[in-house]
Amino acid sequence: MPRIWKFGDSVNTDDILPGKFAPFMAGEDVFQTFAFHYIRPEFAAEVRPGDLLIGGKNWGLGSSREYAPAALKKLQVGGIIAPSFARIHYRNLLNLGIPAFEADLTGSLNDGDEVSLDIATGRLTRGSDVFQLPPAPEFLREALAEGSILAFFKKHGRFPGERNPGE
Amino acid sequence: MTLPALQPQTMAERILSMRGGKTVYAGDLAVVEVDQVMVVDSIAQSFIERMERDLAAVPKYPERVSIVIDHVAPASTVSVAQAQKEAREYAAATGVQLFDVGRGICHQVLMEEGLARPGWIVLGSDSHSTTYGAVAAFGTGMGATDIALAAASGKTWLRVPESVKVTFTGQLQPGVSAKDAALEMIRVLGADGATYQSVEMHAGDRFTRGERMTLANLCVEAGAKAGLVVPGGEILTDYGYDIPEWVYPQPGANYVREVVLDLDALRPRMSAPNEVDNVHDVAALSAELRGMHVDQVFIGTCTNGRIEDLREAAAVLKGRRVAPGTRLLIIPASSQVMEQAMEDGTLLTLQRAGAALGTPGCGPCMGRHQGVLAPGEVCVSTSNRNFIGRMGDKDARVYLASPAVAAATAVMGRIALPEDVLAVAGV
Ligand code: SF4
Repeated sequence: MPRIWKFGDSVNTDDILPGKFAPFMAGEDVFQTFAFHYIRPEFAAEVRPGDLLIGGKNWGLGSSREYAPAALKKLQVGGIIAPSFARIHYRNLLNLGIPAFEADLTGSLNDGDEVSLDIATGRLTRGSDVFQLPPAPEFLREALAEGSILAFFKKHGRFPGERNPGE
Repeated sequence: MTLPALQPQTMAERILSMRGGKTVYAGDLAVVEVDQVMVVDSIAQSFIERMERDLAAVPKYPERVSIVIDHVAPASTVSVAQAQKEAREYAAATGVQLFDVGRGICHQVLMEEGLARPGWIVLGSDSHSTTYGAVAAFGTGMGATDIALAAASGKTWLRVPESVKVTFTGQLQPGVSAKDAALEMIRVLGADGATYQSVEMHAGDRFTRGERMTLANLCVEAGAKAGLVVPGGEILTDYGYDIPEWVYPQPGANYVREVVLDLDALRPRMSAPNEVDNVHDVAALSAELRGMHVDQVFIGTCTNGRIEDLREAAAVLKGRRVAPGTRLLIIPASSQVMEQAMEDGTLLTLQRAGAALGTPGCGPCMGRHQGVLAPGEVCVSTSNRNFIGRMGDKDARVYLASPAVAAATAVMGRIALPEDVLAVAGV
């Protein structure tokens, strides 16, 4: 079962992946092992595929570096839930196919809680507790079905939700 | 084409509805046509890698893609030179437009080349792409994958932003400029006051195109996705723009916040280290700050490197000299600005006052070359960011101000108002 990893407000892209561990410096194969290296050193070794990150406001502020979400993608993080995201980082998440939900659950969920999340409906459950996240718009559900916006575009040659009379 | 409007729309909602072929409101996702994709030298290599390796694509409309070599121009190191060489080769091979060393700063160049127009969607690989809102183009900055997807498809996806309405009243007083109005706007909004949002500026016929660029440019410092100025004044008459009716906001549109800025009451502003929204009234700065030695004054950048900015500085510097112990760097925003300043004598005035003139481009704005700061040094700059380490060493301090305040500071060697200098007769 996916578990919760809880963070605070204003987690920046340097927290997610410090600049000195960028792929071209640490190595394309291992850079993800430095995710949250300074603020949660155990994260990369212990995170399991599908685990969810809960954050406070302004998640992902700072540089537009795409290798920060790329590290989380490589670790197969199942999604990020925060009351607000920095704009460029939010786009990078969706381009790479990491579901991002805007909701504040920092007061309701705890580190290590076992949960399950239905991406399509936005229903998050922990035992008998149910949290309704704002469901991903149709556009994103379509994209996530192919893995990411980038993957969707590669396959269909258009963006999800775009009218394409030829298809 | 007309679209059904169910409720009145903001500028952002109208432009994105029209360009996506579907009526959308704040919070909706829209897929829209992109009229211009701008790639700067700093990310050219990542852009090429995304295009060739990840997407195996070529630009769908090469004439809608520009590469501008401006952030480190001319190249400062061999690796920068190599990256720029690859950018030139890519442009030659694909037919995208290349603006090489010396042409100027990306945002200024696109505007001069008519590559940002009312109602256009312009994506730049640089956060200050909000600048295009000066002419009611929806300009916004994005990362390398987004930029590559837009180049490959001719489109992009956007979440339609909520809008903050900023209304300007009154008139700028002598010695006060659009930069002061822009800094005041950032002070009022706050550094994250418009995150995700569009700042919609209502200025009537006030402000030239250059002044509108300064205002739209600074909007990103409040976290904004776009900074759109309602067309008016010389925008309507002087540039031959075709201004579609659907770029204007509709009465009754929904705003998350409304702010009124009174220009009559505005006095010169200065943003102190290390946040852009740390804005003060220059006249009310502490005696300690006013007396502090200033090592470098920098006039230039996409915020304030235009002809009107250089003239504003020249008016203060004419017949005067830069104070001993202070250095003044002036870098015109583009080759066109440089030519204008040569023709009307502005450049000669600046040179005679002791300025060091640089090649049109970003210069030391982001601390890579051409005037970076040593530990402990103080710089008064007309740029847009004063973050720690932005213009050189992490212990250097950058104060942001208008060209007139910067010029007065250069003459006095300490933070000064234009009137402090103009009160002393020129030599
Ligand atoms: S002048 Fe400065 S802010 Fe403007 S594009 Fe260049 S580096 Fe960015």
